[in-house]
Amino acid sequence: MTLLDFARGPGFQIALVILLVGIVWRILGAVAIRFSKDLTKPRGGKQSIRGGLKAILTYSAPPHELEKNIKFQHYTGYAWHIGLFVVIFLFGPHVFFFENILGFGWPHLPNAVIMVTGIVTMGILVTLLIRRMIHPVLKVLNNADDYIAWTVTFLPLLTGTLAFYHLGARYETLLALHILSIELLMIYIPFSKLMHMFMVWPSRFRTGSDFSRRGVEA
Amino acid sequence: MLGNMPEKQTLGEILEQQGVSRRGFMKFCATITSMMALPPSMVSAVAQSLENAKRPSVIWLPFQECTGCTESFTRSHSPTIEGLIFNSISLDYHHTLQAAAGHAAEDAKHQAMEANKGEYLLLVDGSIPVGNPGYSCIAGMSNEDQLMEAAEGAAAIVSIGTCAAFGGIPKAKPNPTGAVAVRDLIKDKPIINVSGCPPIPMVITGVLTHFLTFGSLPELDHEGRPVAFFGQTIHDRCYRRTFYDRGLFAESFDDEGAKKGWCLYKLGCKAPTTYNACATVKWNQGTSFPIESGHPCLGCSEPDFWDKGGFYEPLSATAFGPTSALLAAGAAGAALGAASAYAARRKQKKAQESQT
Repeated sequence: MTLLDFARGPGFQIALVILLVGIVWRILGAVAIRFSKDLTKPRGGKQSIRGGLKAILTYSAPPHELEKNIKFQHYTGYAWHIGLFVVIFLFGPHVFFFENILGFGWPHLPNAVIMVTGIVTMGILVTLLIRRMIHPVLKVLNNADDYIAWTVTFLPLLTGTLAFYHLGARYETLLALHILSIELLMIYIPFSKLMHMFMVWPSRFRTGSDFSRRGVEA
Repeated sequence: MLGNMPEKQTLGEILEQQGVSRRGFMKFCATITSMMALPPSMVSAVAQSLENAKRPSVIWLPFQECTGCTESFTRSHSPTIEGLIFNSISLDYHHTLQAAAGHAAEDAKHQAMEANKGEYLLLVDGSIPVGNPGYSCIAGMSNEDQLMEAAEGAAAIVSIGTCAAFGGIPKAKPNPTGAVAVRDLIKDKPIINVSGCPPIPMVITGVLTHFLTFGSLPELDHEGRPVAFFGQTIHDRCYRRTFYDRGLFAESFDDEGAKKGWCLYKLGCKAPTTYNACATVKWNQGTSFPIESGHPCLGCSEPDFWDKGGFYEPLSATAFGPTSALLAAGAAGAALGAASAYAARRKQKKAQESQT
């Protein structure tokens, strides 16, 4: 069995099983936990879906008072998340991969657009990493999870670009490394801050919903 | 093919006798030099070496094969200089092509092996069954024994076709005959793999030319294939590559994309992971190759190509394994989640109780 065969077969199956176990575990663990009963007097009415949805929207933009201080971090964060989304979901072979799983596909972009997006995304990630390492506040807050999460997110982009341009090794080896790097990401997601990709919206919804009861403007 | 040209004659003399002009011969030398990625300055050296080369003795052993490799060499071309060169080698044994049969044929083989000990080229097509000697034998001798006997006195071995090079279709799961490749059995001889199902005739000519010119085998890749012909993927040299880059793919064999000659990646083309010269040398005197004819590459020059997923599934398709494993994973995750929530609830309850 070649490295590529392993990556496309058993490697992917193992990663998928771990991802599934981890996600279900984390989500169910969070949902089924005992929530303390709020004994305070409602000041803004009941917990509302409207409040939750509003929080999802308002938290997606930087708070006006802080905008000046967090502008760079906020918008570069958006930029690379969008870049990653484009590369993952709008690259032809990736779309075919999802089509194979889901049974339906969607339009994709030309490879040149994807490659430019991928390289720009990597550039932003490297910039943010350097900033994280030299910023006086972030330096104190950093932990291993920050660096591991950065690495497992960056590696698929790097190996994918190398595979596309056949740089450094034979194509099938690079393709295998690309798939393995994605599998590493899949395995790491449930046990790290990367779980935010599943938790971020429900979490904001819950906060906004609670705030609406307390009469706090989300 | 098994002509009675005298052994002492040089290749140049034989070609001249067969009416090959000097211009035609030099054109062939220039083409083959270019194909082998040698510098243009080597053309005259190749020509000189070929002209003066003595007819090399070649023994061709066919094992578990379909004769497609032999067909490829003998019937896919009208006579060409490559064909003439191929005819000019002293093919002392080939049980499909030789006139002799039975003991006479086996005697001829043994005579050639004895007379050219340490100098003859051994060409093999087909895989070797090691599961049971009776699965495939010639003149009462198992394929494995025949190979071992012939390999002993060979200068080098050329595995013709994917079956001899990597086991090929006979080795495909569940491999009922226990088929193996030549390289799995022979460890002490130089082996060159000219894979393909069938391989391109020009490639074997190139290998023979290199052997006659330099007295050695050409540079090989990690699978033992000549780098000059197997150095790049078919995808890299495919004329449809531009459509891949633009994200234009045929969705089926008869849609607009297919009619416009768009990339066949989505229809299962294995060209991105297949190393061969099909896209440049092509087939039938340079007429076309499978992708040019509208069919995806099957990856036939790669090891275990038969077992690498569906021919019509794109390379991006991944083997998911049984759905039951995924369902079990979901159930395990749910159990873990419930357990961790239960533990957290108990912890919370204890904390509340200790406060009150």
